[in-house]
Amino acid sequence: MTQQSNGTVVLEVKDLHAKVGETEILKGVNLRVKAGEVHAIMGPNGSGKSTLAYVLAGRPTYTATSGQALFQGQNLLTMLPEARARAGLFLSFQQPIEIAGVRYDEFLRAGYNALRKSRSLPEVGVLEFNKMLSSKLEIVGMDSTFIRRYVNEGFSGGEKKRGEILQMAVLEPRLAILDETDSGLDVDALREVAQGINRLKSPENAVVLVTHYQRILNYVVPDVVHVLVEGRIVASGGKQLAMEIESQGYDKYQPMAAVRPAS
Amino acid sequence: MTTNREVKEAASRSYRYGWVTDVESDTAPKGLSEDIVRWISAQKDEPEWLLEWRLKAYRHFTSLLEKEQLPQWAHIQYPAIDFQDMIYYSAPKSKQKYNSLEEIDPEILKTYEKLGIPLQEQKRLAGVAVDAIFDSVSIATTFKEELAKQGVIFSSFSEAVHNYPELIQKYLGSVVPYSDNFYAALNSAVFSDGSFCYVPKGVRCPFELTTYFRINTQSVGQFERTLIVADESAYVSYLEGCSAPMRDEHQLHAAVVELVALDSGEIKYSTIQNWYPGDEEGKGGVYNFVTKRGKCQGNNSKISWTQVETGSAITWKYPSVILQGDNSVGEFYSVALTKGYQQADTGSKMTHIGKNTRSTIIAKTISAGHGSGTYRGLVKVMPNATHSWNFTQCDSLLLGDKCSAHTTPYVEVRNNSSHLEHEAFTSRVSEEQLFYCNQRGISVEEAHRLIINGFCKEVFKQLPFEFAVEATRLLEANLEGTVG
Repeated sequence: MTQQSNGTVVLEVKDLHAKVGETEILKGVNLRVKAGEVHAIMGPNGSGKSTLAYVLAGRPTYTATSGQALFQGQNLLTMLPEARARAGLFLSFQQPIEIAGVRYDEFLRAGYNALRKSRSLPEVGVLEFNKMLSSKLEIVGMDSTFIRRYVNEGFSGGEKKRGEILQMAVLEPRLAILDETDSGLDVDALREVAQGINRLKSPENAVVLVTHYQRILNYVVPDVVHVLVEGRIVASGGKQLAMEIESQGYDKYQPMAAVRPAS
Repeated sequence: MTTNREVKEAASRSYRYGWVTDVESDTAPKGLSEDIVRWISAQKDEPEWLLEWRLKAYRHFTSLLEKEQLPQWAHIQYPAIDFQDMIYYSAPKSKQKYNSLEEIDPEILKTYEKLGIPLQEQKRLAGVAVDAIFDSVSIATTFKEELAKQGVIFSSFSEAVHNYPELIQKYLGSVVPYSDNFYAALNSAVFSDGSFCYVPKGVRCPFELTTYFRINTQSVGQFERTLIVADESAYVSYLEGCSAPMRDEHQLHAAVVELVALDSGEIKYSTIQNWYPGDEEGKGGVYNFVTKRGKCQGNNSKISWTQVETGSAITWKYPSVILQGDNSVGEFYSVALTKGYQQADTGSKMTHIGKNTRSTIIAKTISAGHGSGTYRGLVKVMPNATHSWNFTQCDSLLLGDKCSAHTTPYVEVRNNSSHLEHEAFTSRVSEEQLFYCNQRGISVEEAHRLIINGFCKEVFKQLPFEFAVEATRLLEANLEGTVG
């Protein structure tokens, strides 16, 4: 452990177990994320990375069976997903969902106003909101035609992911969990998305990057890297841990690796 | 999450137009007979030819009734209607004609005010010319003078019979003959009033023309007749809105709408139908059996139907277009919502006769509660309608697990050069979509609102702007408490 910040603890996960359907996926995850930090959670396919993201965000089909998850001291696991969002938890979706006929700006304004309302702030009208929105568009390098399209409908992979970062820019979360934000992006799109994330980092908020590959970490430098295998964090370290995985893969963390034929 | 109590409250407040206006009226005795038909015609001081036409329709209707040839094919269920247990004509009591709004019974004006209808000429900023039908009679037509300057005729049907008999005689029944179907025959026999509009050659009607229909008197059936003619290169956009008081018994509404577009003429016809749908147990509500058809008579003409159907216990209507002129265009955009025990069997019929004719059908069915929604459509391409084109999309959205949606498309193509496309899907608001919205802080109810509006967007954007807003609100009010 090298670069732990002295900020307040944003997320504290203790011995978290969770299942999807009847299958236990998370088997005791521990994680502590402080304000100002960027954490990367790496792991092979099926290790439980996305499950962790969904359980923290409260997706109904993902059930926490034991353990704790505290978000700014609040027990996340008893909160409705919308309450978690309003408290400042944001999940960037690995596969952002299409909503036919609903314009991006309309969708975002609904979310923005829901957050404001929960904080006893007045809701903003279309004009005011769109003004704010255009300033955020620039962060992800998109023009205003983007927000007039229907949510994720007919978007390229890159557009979907940039859209997620745009949403993050608008909703200004305390904790952003970015689930495989790098997947399906070409190098240019990856760099732009990463730049967007970097511009949104601040000493007050924290970012958890969930990723299979190391490459996004070339652009968004993590303070802590965790390796998640079979529902448990089996190693944590600094950026060099990601480099090590890049060159050696996950084999040494997988118990079955020894009996698998070399390829 | 919404509690049962909240749902109940929402359901009981959801129909906002359920009150009755206390006015004296001239009302026909209950029942249907040749005498009643004559009585209605006499009330309106109609010419002999029209009475004869009504009587032919009446005899046709009676023969269908005797042979029990009622339309049976729709996916709807209801007890047999007793056609003798109904009033066929009711008019607010008043002998003289209205020359200005001041002469109208203030109770009636108040009714329309409550409905949000801009009858007062002062409200001209709204840019909407209104004809208002109260029970059976047209109460007032606004903007008449300004329309007259352009040569646009917009009046009640009864007045038009007297003032423009040659136009009425030429076009009445030319698209929907009295023998067309059971309810069209009934309407032709007893129709009370309605709107007539004629836009002369080359004129683009400067206002949205609007008719509001209101059933007030108990046990009254409403049988209005609308006829719109767009002459060569003329354009008109027309909108109708409907409401009725809450009554425990069913009320029958059997209207006929005929549209005629001559060479390069264009008619855009929009409907926001909010007749009383009945209570949450399915008691009461309007039976809406309506025949709407347009004829693209001239080359390059266009007729477009847009409907938002949220009311009525039963909706049975198929706004259709006969594409007779070469290069003519027919469109049908529909949102039909059924909740409670509402049933809707609606869709369109596009008959391609002319060459290079094009038609589009976009039908959105939303079912909630115990509602049953059916899309039924026919695309018919005749041998001479070469190089014709149709696109049909019918989508259903189910809210809850006791409702249903059905799709029954028919296609008949008799040449080899035409192109038809059909798309259909049935969906629920997906768990993924809800979670995505929730994760952005949006509540379950608000997420449904967004997703349902998005589902209807293609249709709503066809409506004139102010009515699109009204349609959105109406849909939201109707769905309040049914989701979440």
